[in-house]
Amino acid sequence: MKTAIIAIVFIALAVLHQDTWNWDKGDLVFGFIPVGLAYHASYSIAAAIFWACVVKFAWPTRLEEWADGAD
Amino acid sequence: MTPILAAAEAAEAVSKVPLIVIVIYLGLLLGLALFSGRLFKGTSKDYFVASHSIGPFMLLMSVFGTTMTAFALVGSTGKAFQKGVGTYGLMASSSGLIHAACFFLIGIKVWSIAKRHGYVTQIQFFRNRFESNGLGYLLFPCLVLLVIPYLLIGVIGSYRVMGPATAGMFPELFPQTGPLDGSLPPWLIGLVICGVVLAYIFAGGSRAAAWANTFQTLVFMAMGVLAFYLISKALGGVAAASEQIYPGHLVRTPDTLDVATKPDPSVREIGIPPIQFLTYMFIPLSVGMFPHLFQHWLTAKSAKSFRLTVIAHPLCIMVVWVPCVLIGLWATGVFNTPPADTWPAPVVKIMGSADDAGVGKVLSVVVKFLIHNPLIAGMVTAGILAAIMSSLDSQFLCLGTIFTNDIVLHNKPKDKYTDKQIVLIARGFVIAIVLLTYILSLVLKNVQNVFDLAVWSFSGFAALTSLVFTALYWKGATKAGAYACVIAVAVSWFYFFAKAGWGGEYTVFSSEHRSDDGIMPVAICFVLGLVSMIAVSLFTKKPSDETIKKFFP
Repeated sequence: MKTAIIAIVFIALAVLHQDTWNWDKGDLVFGFIPVGLAYHASYSIAAAIFWACVVKFAWPTRLEEWADGAD
Repeated sequence: MTPILAAAEAAEAVSKVPLIVIVIYLGLLLGLALFSGRLFKGTSKDYFVASHSIGPFMLLMSVFGTTMTAFALVGSTGKAFQKGVGTYGLMASSSGLIHAACFFLIGIKVWSIAKRHGYVTQIQFFRNRFESNGLGYLLFPCLVLLVIPYLLIGVIGSYRVMGPATAGMFPELFPQTGPLDGSLPPWLIGLVICGVVLAYIFAGGSRAAAWANTFQTLVFMAMGVLAFYLISKALGGVAAASEQIYPGHLVRTPDTLDVATKPDPSVREIGIPPIQFLTYMFIPLSVGMFPHLFQHWLTAKSAKSFRLTVIAHPLCIMVVWVPCVLIGLWATGVFNTPPADTWPAPVVKIMGSADDAGVGKVLSVVVKFLIHNPLIAGMVTAGILAAIMSSLDSQFLCLGTIFTNDIVLHNKPKDKYTDKQIVLIARGFVIAIVLLTYILSLVLKNVQNVFDLAVWSFSGFAALTSLVFTALYWKGATKAGAYACVIAVAVSWFYFFAKAGWGGEYTVFSSEHRSDDGIMPVAICFVLGLVSMIAVSLFTKKPSDETIKKFFP
C-alpha cells in the first residue's frame, strides 16, 4: 500500500513537471521571478517535501540492518 | 548603449586581484585536502571508499558537488541566456525529483549490498550479480569512454573560464591576438588545475575527495548567491533587473519568428520545444550509473547518511540554479540584444561569438563588467572552478579505482599484492589518467560544443540505468539479458552520437527548422536497453539461488 501511494505521488509529480498551462505565461511573480521559474522553483521544494515523507514513512530499515550485519 | 557595453568599450587598467584570489582559493583547497590526507589510514579500503566513514552532511556535499559540474554555474547561466526561462524546468527541477529517486532506490540498496559483500566498484557488483566476468570486460570500456568526455568538459571548461578572467594580465609573457591577449595559456591553467586535484587525490583518495568536495560545494553555492545579489544590486534591484529581460525569454514557447527571415535557422532557437522538455527527463537518470557517484555512495558511514542527501538535494539544486538562471535572463536585457544570429560589435568584442563557447562566458562577463570589483570577479571565478574541480577529483579517482580493481586485481589470488601495493597501483593509475586527460584537453581545447558533449555523456549513463535498476529489483534479470541491455544501449547511443556529428545538439524526428524539437536520444536508448533486458531475460537461464540470496535479502 505504502509503495503504491509513493509510486502514484511520484507519477503525479512527473506529470506536474510538464505544466503546459504555464508555457506561454511571461508574468513576473513577486515582481521579479518569471512565472515559469517560480513554478519550477516551487516544484523543487515540493520534491524535497515528497522525499522527506518517503524517508519518514518508507525507510528501508530491514535493508539497513542486513547491511550492518557485515560489521 | 547599455552600461555593460560602455564599460567594455572603456579601456580599463587590468587588475591582477582576481588571479590572486584564485591562487588563494587553490591554496586553501590544497591545504584542506592534504590535511584530510593525514587522516588516511594507508589501507586500500580507506583509499577507495574512505572506510565507509562519511557522515550525512559531507555525503550530501560531496554527492551534490560531484553531480554539479561547470554546467551548474556557467552552463545554467549561458543556457538561460540562450534558451530562456525553460532552462530551469528542463535541467534543474526534474533533476531534483529524479536524482533523489536514484539515491533512494539505487544508492541505498547498492551501498547495502556493496558493504555486505565488500565491493568497491560497479563492475564488481555487476560481475557478481550476473555471474559473468565477461560482462565486466564489456562494461569497462563503456564506462571509461563515457567518463572521459565528462572529464574533458571539466578541464576544457576551466580554460574557458580562466582565459577571459585573466585576459590582459600578462601581455608580454603570454601575447595572443584577440580578446584573450595576455591571458594565462591553456597548458598552464590545465597544469595547475590537474596538478592540484592530483595532489590531494594522490595523498588521501576518497576521504580527501569528500573533504575537498564539501569545501568546493560550499564555495560555489555561496559564490552563485553572492553574484546574484551583487548583479541585481548593480541593475537597480531584482524587479528592475527582471523588467528588462528580453520578452521571448520569459516564456517557454519556442521562438515563433518567421523562419524564412533567419540567416541561419540553426542558431536562433529560443524557448524549449515540449517534446524535448518531456524526454529530457531521462537525462537525470544518469546519476544511477555514474561510476564516480557509485564510489561516493560507498563512502557513506551508514544507510542513514543518505537521508539528508535524498531530502536536501532538490533544495541544493534550487539554491544554485534559480539565481544563475535569473542572471542568464537578466543578461538578455543587459546586452540589449536577443542572444542569437549576429551580436553588435561591442558584444562580440567581450563575448567572442554567439555560439555555445560565447554564451558560456555570460556569467564571467556580467560579473566582470557590471560589478566592477576585481575581488568579487576573482571570488566568482573561484566558485566556478570549485564546481568544475568537485567533479574532476571524483572522476579521476573512480577511473583509478576501476583500473586497479576490475583489470589488475580481477581474477588474481588475494595474496598476490599487499594492501600497500594495491594503493600504489591505484595511485599510479590516477597519475596516468590525469596525464591522459591533460593531454587530450589540450588537443581538443577548441571543441565548440563542449556542453553538448556533457549531454551525450549523461545520455549514455542514463540509458544504462535500466541495467542497475533491473539488477536490483528483478530477480529474473539474467546474464544474457544484461549483455543484451548493454549492447542495445551502446549500439543505439553510438548510432545517435554519429548522427549528431559526434557530439552536437541532436533530437530524433526534429523539424527542418530546429534541431531541438524532437525526442531526446536518451529516451530511445533507455527504452531499448530496458526492453532488451526484459525480452532476453524472459527466455534465458535464471541466476543461481545462491546469487539471488546474496542480492535479494
